Amino acid sequence: MSPLLIVICVLGGLLLIAPGLIWVERRLLAVWQDRYGPNRAGPLGLLVVLADTLKLFFKEDWIPPFADRKVFVLAPAIVVITVLMSFVIVPFSPGIIVVDLNIGVLFFLAMSSMGAYSIILGGWASNNKYSLLGAMRGAAQMISYEVFMGLSLMGVVLITGSFSLHDIVEAQRNMWFIIPQFLGFIIFLIAGIAETHRLPFDIPEAESELIAGFHSEYSGMKFGMFFVGEYIGIMLISCMVTCLFLGGWLGPAFLPPIVWFALKMFAFIGLFILLRASLPRPRYDQLMEFGWKILLPLSILNLVVTAGIILWNES
Amino acid sequence: MISIIRTMWLTFLHMFHKRATIQYPEEKIKLPARWRGRIVLTRDPDMGERCVGCYLCAAACPVDCISLQATEDEHGRRYPEFFRINFSRCIFCGYCEEACPTYAIQLIPDFEMGEYNRQNLVYEKQDLLINSEGKYPGYNYYNVAGLAVKGKDKGEGANELAPVDVHSLLP
Ligand code: SF4
Ligand code: SF4
Repeated sequence: MSPLLIVICVLGGLLLIAPGLIWVERRLLAVWQDRYGPNRAGPLGLLVVLADTLKLFFKEDWIPPFADRKVFVLAPAIVVITVLMSFVIVPFSPGIIVVDLNIGVLFFLAMSSMGAYSIILGGWASNNKYSLLGAMRGAAQMISYEVFMGLSLMGVVLITGSFSLHDIVEAQRNMWFIIPQFLGFIIFLIAGIAETHRLPFDIPEAESELIAGFHSEYSGMKFGMFFVGEYIGIMLISCMVTCLFLGGWLGPAFLPPIVWFALKMFAFIGLFILLRASLPRPRYDQLMEFGWKILLPLSILNLVVTAGIILWNES
Repeated sequence: MISIIRTMWLTFLHMFHKRATIQYPEEKIKLPARWRGRIVLTRDPDMGERCVGCYLCAAACPVDCISLQATEDEHGRRYPEFFRINFSRCIFCGYCEEACPTYAIQLIPDFEMGEYNRQNLVYEKQDLLINSEGKYPGYNYYNVAGLAVKGKDKGEGANELAPVDVHSLLP
């Protein structure tokens, strides 16, 4: 496939699936709360996606007079751009990858840290105390979870000997990395949830404490951008988990590779939603403590042990 | 850690539980017989209007949404000339039903009264009057009413029933 076609397919696919996830999430949450969820508009309630989008478009697009206009407008764009940029290095199946960077994993980590800017700038530019509190929390959470998100991946990188996601997936032909790197998998998953600030780690938004945190002042399509960014973020983390630990597109041959990839990805999206349905939000200090005192030592331990085993096998 | 996984598993199992939702327009909720909804005016067993235009319901109504005018027919029996309930004000408290001496006005289990035009919520007598005895079948006000006058004791008039022996109601 020509690169341009791949870019268009990936971009179009993501922007189509992201609003669809709103429907998926609402239906799944409802199913787990003994309800039906949106099931009126269109078959199975699918048209609720259209209704939601139209509603967002026709909402008044209001910029508070006390806000810093330029930054306020810029912030929602950053989150979408950085998350979409990360998808550049995701191998959906052999050949369907925008660019196979030899520093793929690093690129992903860099881009997802850039996402923190959108939260900080959005909260700061809103000039509102709740937004600012949300932004501060968001910044602290993302920076601290970023640290061992990277460290938990290093085990995989050590075993493969490459940062390229394509090579990492190919290295899992014999065994998915979820088995040798189970600890790394768990830590990456937790850090990934924190990175997308999804429930139960939605400390920067925390409706019950901070109204909506960093996007309290946003309305209309700018709010929609944050929303889309969050959903694409979920997809990104699910894709990364799939590639790094679950063997990406690898699977028995009766289904094409892309289908295997999609199945694994959607299973993780389901897991994300199940987490939201079942777990309460931890307190801010609990979150920080959990990160620095438990997950960081564990990920370093994981890294050291993995490195030791590899060295021992070589010598 | 175990408790977190257990929580998630139990939440997941809710997928297979019975839904709590009632899919309203297709599936109706079962209302109790005494549910206080739309107001009706009922009739006697012999299909005469029960309402005697005593204004007690209008007086009892806390939001003053009942309006009526009493008049008399050729036998000197009172009936309402018009009877109007403004349902956009009614709070469905049921005080009118309690106040009514003749069981004429009754609240029934029906809440589907939605209208696009507010004026349509003002129900006139022809909208309220139904061809039914409502919750008190067999009750006829004129057969059980009556006063002891000279030469006739209570319940001895032409169409009257003997008064209820309250002792017979004891268990
Ligand atoms: S139900 Fe209450 S508010 Fe409604 S008409 Fe009767 S007395 Fe008035
Ligand atoms: S409905 Fe009952 S209370 Fe109201 S005027 Fe008629 S008889 Fe009297």
